[in-house]
Amino acid sequence: MSLDLNRKTVTKNAFRITKRRNYTAIRIRVPGGHLNASQIARIAKIAEQFGDGNLHITTRQGFEIPNIPFAKMAEVNAALRPLIEELELEHGVKIDNPAAGYPAAGMRNISACIGNRTCPFANTDTTGLAQRIEAVVYPHDFHTKIAITGCPNDCIKAHMQDFGIIAICIPEYDYDQCIGCEACVKACQRKVTGALDMNGSKVVRDERRCIGCGECVLACPISAWTRKPGKYYRLLVMGRTGKKNPRLAMPFLDRVNEEVVTKVIANTMAYVDRYILRCLPKEHIGYIVDRTGFNVFRDEVLQGVVLNPEARMAKTIQWPGYNTLNDANLKTPK
Amino acid sequence: MSAYDYSREEFAAVFAELQKTYQIYGPKRFVGRGRFSDTDLVRYAPLASLDELELAEKSSLSPKSLVFPADETIFHFNDHEFSQPQLKENGEIIVLLRPCDINGIARLDKMFLENGGQADPYYQRRRQRLHFFMIECRESFENCFCVSMKSNTTDNYEVALRFAGDRVAAQIKDQRYEGLFGQKGRAGSFSPEFVSENDKQVELPTVETMPAEMFNHKMWEEYDSRCIACGRCNTSCVTCSCFSTVDLFYADSRQCGERRRVWDGCHLDGFSDMAGGHSFRKNKGERMRFKAFHKIYDFRKRFGFDMCVGCGRCDDVCPEYISFSSCINKLSRTLKGGSDK
Repeated sequence: MSLDLNRKTVTKNAFRITKRRNYTAIRIRVPGGHLNASQIARIAKIAEQFGDGNLHITTRQGFEIPNIPFAKMAEVNAALRPLIEELELEHGVKIDNPAAGYPAAGMRNISACIGNRTCPFANTDTTGLAQRIEAVVYPHDFHTKIAITGCPNDCIKAHMQDFGIIAICIPEYDYDQCIGCEACVKACQRKVTGALDMNGSKVVRDERRCIGCGECVLACPISAWTRKPGKYYRLLVMGRTGKKNPRLAMPFLDRVNEEVVTKVIANTMAYVDRYILRCLPKEHIGYIVDRTGFNVFRDEVLQGVVLNPEARMAKTIQWPGYNTLNDANLKTPK
Repeated sequence: MSAYDYSREEFAAVFAELQKTYQIYGPKRFVGRGRFSDTDLVRYAPLASLDELELAEKSSLSPKSLVFPADETIFHFNDHEFSQPQLKENGEIIVLLRPCDINGIARLDKMFLENGGQADPYYQRRRQRLHFFMIECRESFENCFCVSMKSNTTDNYEVALRFAGDRVAAQIKDQRYEGLFGQKGRAGSFSPEFVSENDKQVELPTVETMPAEMFNHKMWEEYDSRCIACGRCNTSCVTCSCFSTVDLFYADSRQCGERRRVWDGCHLDGFSDMAGGHSFRKNKGERMRFKAFHKIYDFRKRFGFDMCVGCGRCDDVCPEYISFSSCINKLSRTLKGGSDK
């Protein structure tokens, strides 16, 4: 008896059509890329029980278990329930029927670098932020890629996302405490933008050059540099890979707080709903922004957003990238 | 000498009463101000209330800034005269600190008030405002080796305090506090105990004269590549007392300005730079040797006891995991003809 599947329902349920007929693969979300050993064991067990014992670690820090017969979907969903409870519901995600598997797959797993749970450079707990954003944006059907990185080193490649969130800090200087050892100046000039310079025996910071990486705080031997209380982010938008026009995400908002970041992403879902081309099977947000123009995007996503006083905004954005059809530079070597 | 017991609330009232006359300094937690994000900084600062006193964690910076600020103006000058700046506040200060730090400040006293036969007026005017209230310290923090340095005990305090859960006990050595402390507390029998054993033990060199070959010994070489010259061991140390002087001119003036003294340290680049481009101790290993000898040999030759008090802050804060206490042990082993590994 041949299978009769609604491909769209299956895909939304985080199963996918694979090259092997009658077999699927399930994608497991791990918001923030962090899970405990018993959860990994549970995922391993699903692979052993329903698949062929193999697992794939996805580029977005989830897991994909291949070679599962479509016929086993309901059983797999039942087995996923504790994972959905622990990795989704526990973080405030609303899923009506957690026994029925994942309710959406458009919103991709929110990936994050290891963050300040481990890394000394990170300006925040990136996994925690990923989990909080997950609660706002998931489940959702629009194809959206979000990643969070703890510092401008951008180990998670926030520059390749629809929304790339870079945790930054606003360094504060205690003039009286500074002994003029120049450690911060050397660090900033060698590794960053040269936002710091000596003025006599003290340090001056060029506020416009400062990217908030926190190298000065790390370098200071006497805590004359510390991080201003609060969490601050740079929000990059509309980076992408793909067959048409790969490009880097660019800074849209800088030194904004979590509330701003979250609201802008949530507002984007409404913007997409209004402007997406429904004649296409799917359309990436970046191409919608290309069509409406940056100004329309900006005005729609900032509705109801109260920018914190430190915030800066891009006047306009041009995305560095290239069109793949432009092959004038590609020649066959003689 | 008398002793009193208090509930925490009662002692908070004593604390508030003291604040009418004294500014009170102690280790204070600055949330989120640590080197890494979402970590705290504990350092000495004025306490608004008893609740701000941080006892659970060792301060990463010592109380020495109370007598020897990181950056202090020593005189203002113009083209024909100079003047010594007044202290902004000149009230008396109670500082809550542990025995090691009391002993640390006693070592600074030697350096600033006795060394060279001339009392340093900038140090002196801050020092004479201080009243030591000793925080009883019965358990070591990580990296403490005060017992080895014999700085675990002291009687150099006016009041000793034991903080035990929601109870506070005080021993009053200075009569001036008797009335205030007696009023709110019940007579008790508290007498401070001192930590008698640290996890970390240090064996000090026993040589009368440091053999000349130790100056160029290969045991220092490993620090050439390990030390990054960040200077944290110096800035965190309660007994490091080195400074540089810096002149600065006001805005566009060529005549008016001020001279400051600013903390410097033997591990920092530029510390031994001299006119003519000379520089001693270019290698980090030489700096480690210089510091080690000063802390546990040279100072003793002059003053009869070691400079290092074993507070262990240098080991706490070194980003390269260099342990000064291990270095002293290594030096002692080497002197005895053993391995420098």
